[in-house]
Amino acid sequence: MAQAAAPTHGPEDRAHAPHGPQGLLKYLWSTDHKVIAMQYLFTGMAMALVGGFMAYVFRMQGAFPGRSVPGFGVVTSGQYNALITNHGSIMIFWVAMPILIAAFGNYLIPLMIGADDMVFPRLNRLSYQLFLLSALVILASLVVEGGGFGGAWTAYPPLSTHPAYNLTPLGASLWIGAVALEFVAFLLGGINFITTLMNARAPGMKAYDIPMVCWMIVIASILFMLSVGPLIAGAVMLFLDQAVGTGFYDPARGGDPILWQHLFWFFGHPEVYVVLLPAVGIVLEIIATFARKKLFGYKLMLYTAVATGVLSFFVWAHHQFIAGIDPRMANIFTVTTLLISVPIAELIFVMIATLYGGSITLTTPMLWALSFIAEFMIGGVTGIYLGASGSDIYFHDTYFVLAHFHYTFFPIAIIGGFAAFTYWFPKMFGRMMNDRLGKIHFWGTVIPFNFIFIPLFITGIGGDQRRVFNYASFPGQAHLAPLRVMATVALLVMLAFQIFFFWNVIWGLRKGPKAGKNPWRSNTLEWTTDSPPPHGNWPVDEMPKVYRGPYEYGHPDRDDDYWPQNLPA
Amino acid sequence: MERLIPQASSYAASVDGLILLITVLVGFWFLVAQGMFFWLIWRFRAKPGVKTQYVTGEEKHLKRWINIPHALVLVCDVVIVIGAIQVWYNIKLRLPDADASVRIIGQQWAWVFQYPGLDGKLDTDDDRYTTDDLYVEKDKTYHFELQSRDVLHDFSVPVFRLKQDAIPGRTITGWFRPTRTGTFDIQCAEICGLGHGVMAGRIHVQDASQYAAWVADARPASDQ
Amino acid sequence: MRASRPIATTRSATGIPTGRLAVWWVLASEVVIFGGLLASYLMHRLGHPEWANAAAVTNTWIGAFNTLVLLSSSFTAVLAHQAAEHGDGKKAARFLLFTMIGAATFIGVKSFEWYHEISEGYTITSNGFWSFYYTAAGLHALHVIAGAVIMGFVARDAARGRELQRVELIGIYWHFVDAVWIFLFPLLYIAK
Repeated sequence: MAQAAAPTHGPEDRAHAPHGPQGLLKYLWSTDHKVIAMQYLFTGMAMALVGGFMAYVFRMQGAFPGRSVPGFGVVTSGQYNALITNHGSIMIFWVAMPILIAAFGNYLIPLMIGADDMVFPRLNRLSYQLFLLSALVILASLVVEGGGFGGAWTAYPPLSTHPAYNLTPLGASLWIGAVALEFVAFLLGGINFITTLMNARAPGMKAYDIPMVCWMIVIASILFMLSVGPLIAGAVMLFLDQAVGTGFYDPARGGDPILWQHLFWFFGHPEVYVVLLPAVGIVLEIIATFARKKLFGYKLMLYTAVATGVLSFFVWAHHQFIAGIDPRMANIFTVTTLLISVPIAELIFVMIATLYGGSITLTTPMLWALSFIAEFMIGGVTGIYLGASGSDIYFHDTYFVLAHFHYTFFPIAIIGGFAAFTYWFPKMFGRMMNDRLGKIHFWGTVIPFNFIFIPLFITGIGGDQRRVFNYASFPGQAHLAPLRVMATVALLVMLAFQIFFFWNVIWGLRKGPKAGKNPWRSNTLEWTTDSPPPHGNWPVDEMPKVYRGPYEYGHPDRDDDYWPQNLPA
Repeated sequence: MERLIPQASSYAASVDGLILLITVLVGFWFLVAQGMFFWLIWRFRAKPGVKTQYVTGEEKHLKRWINIPHALVLVCDVVIVIGAIQVWYNIKLRLPDADASVRIIGQQWAWVFQYPGLDGKLDTDDDRYTTDDLYVEKDKTYHFELQSRDVLHDFSVPVFRLKQDAIPGRTITGWFRPTRTGTFDIQCAEICGLGHGVMAGRIHVQDASQYAAWVADARPASDQ
Repeated sequence: MRASRPIATTRSATGIPTGRLAVWWVLASEVVIFGGLLASYLMHRLGHPEWANAAAVTNTWIGAFNTLVLLSSSFTAVLAHQAAEHGDGKKAARFLLFTMIGAATFIGVKSFEWYHEISEGYTITSNGFWSFYYTAAGLHALHVIAGAVIMGFVARDAARGRELQRVELIGIYWHFVDAVWIFLFPLLYIAK
């Protein structure tokens, strides 16, 4: 369909000639999806440092209560609450989502479907600008008068709505404002991902020829879009309660605090799949490449992902079993929650099955991808204890919950993030990273990770409740103190090993061997262009056409063990 | 699990039993999956000259490896659901006849306990109050009325395996039956502001004679 | 300097124009936002029969008049789309202008209505009903204003014969805004 009077690139352009702002302004004002992707990536990584620093401080307090934390000082209970609140919020909304969805979605989708950009580049730029604003607002909330909001990332009223209860009115309003802005940014971004995948595919790329990571990011965007609406409504109401004195959530004024919980978790549960699916997609791309193997059951994986997404709308109240909801409802949600474990288990089985018959090389990205499966499984199975209402009575709000969701979120955001970064680094920057440094970083991250959270599982089983800045008041919990120290020491080790990552990035950028177009000998379209790709991704008359699916590795009719999508038969 | 946290209520063992059931069923699948995973990595490591197999996942004999575990996992889930509902029903959905009752009021940042006194009724003149220390008698079934004066709190007694959120503007009823004497922690398990971490209580489970002594030691409510 | 359009924007693997796809997805997200708000209102209303006393105060005639205004403005948006389909940008722009006038009328009537209610003491904090009333209708009104502003830009382009496909798109959005009001009207004005 032709657009009236829209200047597209003529066939006489060899490569996409430079247009738009140049110089530094190019980076601030660019609409190129790759530049926007980098902006999201680096903002997300910077926020990860902030969130990680917060974890360092509150874990030091957890292990050595009352002692001054190097680099911070003595932690007060108010600061502790603000640290845990913002650690959670930042890691989910300003690290996991921007890196997994916005950065890699933006970078990969046009490249992997053979397009020269997203279909709405200016909307894309606006999405990032709103996102950046939201990040600045959440950071601002930490330093305003009264301090940062300390009511947990779940922000249950009445604590979150009454200044007299939370003592951080400005922080609380900035917090909800930042979250709302982030939601809008991702809604806008999602529109781009969904419509680009639906419409802008290269000629010949049918639905089942689309690489799995693109599907996963788009399914995640749809999930996000459909689940966040009620929470946006809820956030408006929360803000009005805070700022204007309405009583939506105030029992004294005819409101109901549980309403917020329902609105929050109706989004909150699908949200975990919003971040899980892109991570799974990333892992699958890497496994296909380094096992030189077609994905086992592409269609099955897709249906399982969709089934998980749909079911995720029906499980939310397992976060509220003992919250004061009608206890009969708990039975329904136990059934649905345990049911959702079935498609997820199936997804794991299918991921593992892909290894069968493969030829596996353990490069750094492959180590990250494989460790995702092993570690996420721990997170997944420990969720059963929480989805079963009877055992959740005991485990609710203990460190068992915390260890469970770190065994899901850490693989998703951190392992998934490093997997993607090390795998696509050659494409993004045109050079290879150092595999030895990469492996040191990998082991130095994953092994300590387990030593942080397995002790915390045990403290949770032992009864440690969450969000407590000092267990001195609980003699029944005193014997668990050594485990808290172990977790903190492991965190310090893990943080120290991150130096190897930064060293590797700098080494790669300055000394890494040139990557060429396709260092991993992979099939998908992003590897058919230069590293890094030029503006417009391919010369205008060399836009790719697609002849087969993305995972034709080890095809019997070929000598080579791979068969790129764009090679004519 | 008892080594980490003792059982002190009539239903604590059933909760621990459910946890054990889940551990056995889920642990089995966990070990199978992890085992298969690591074995496949080793078995199919890259060897020179060995090409990969072209496996689509549509092959019936291979699909069975997914479909059968899939069905068995579903069966395990059903077993767990039944176990969970039984435990949940007993603790949260039924209310056995009470031998005694107590009102528990959470506030920023303390627990207030209101006892019905000798007339057995709450909100009468002989009611007794304590702050942060709850006195109960072993082997008596208690009904509790849980309230909050301000924000959400959560009455949590780990040794009972009991938790219940307290909501301002509402009274939530539940029950427990202590089975072991001793003094144990009461926690607040819902973040409630600055003092959430110091909102600790102690529950004193006493045998009949100790409890009688405490009752006899009653001072007028205004002194508590 | 206008940015040139990527090739991606001109493709249509599904056969549906990209702009239309995008607008439908935007509407999907908006439906859930308003849906969540209205579901919350309904749950509260069912639990608070006494809210009927507050609801009795809203002026059903004004509500009905505003409904008529919005419906008519949707009609003119359809006419604008028809004109755009025939390539008549100037006519399309004119009908869009009528829609924008409808929007302005709606907002004007609402302002008068709210001024009256607030001066009678029915503010957003008066009780639960009024909190929802102002929040839901306010959120809707913001969407009316935003829609009218965007419509202005589309109309300006259309009058110059440019981007005529956007007339349909802003029209779809407008029908949505109308549809939300069709739900709000009975909930806030008729259910007494």
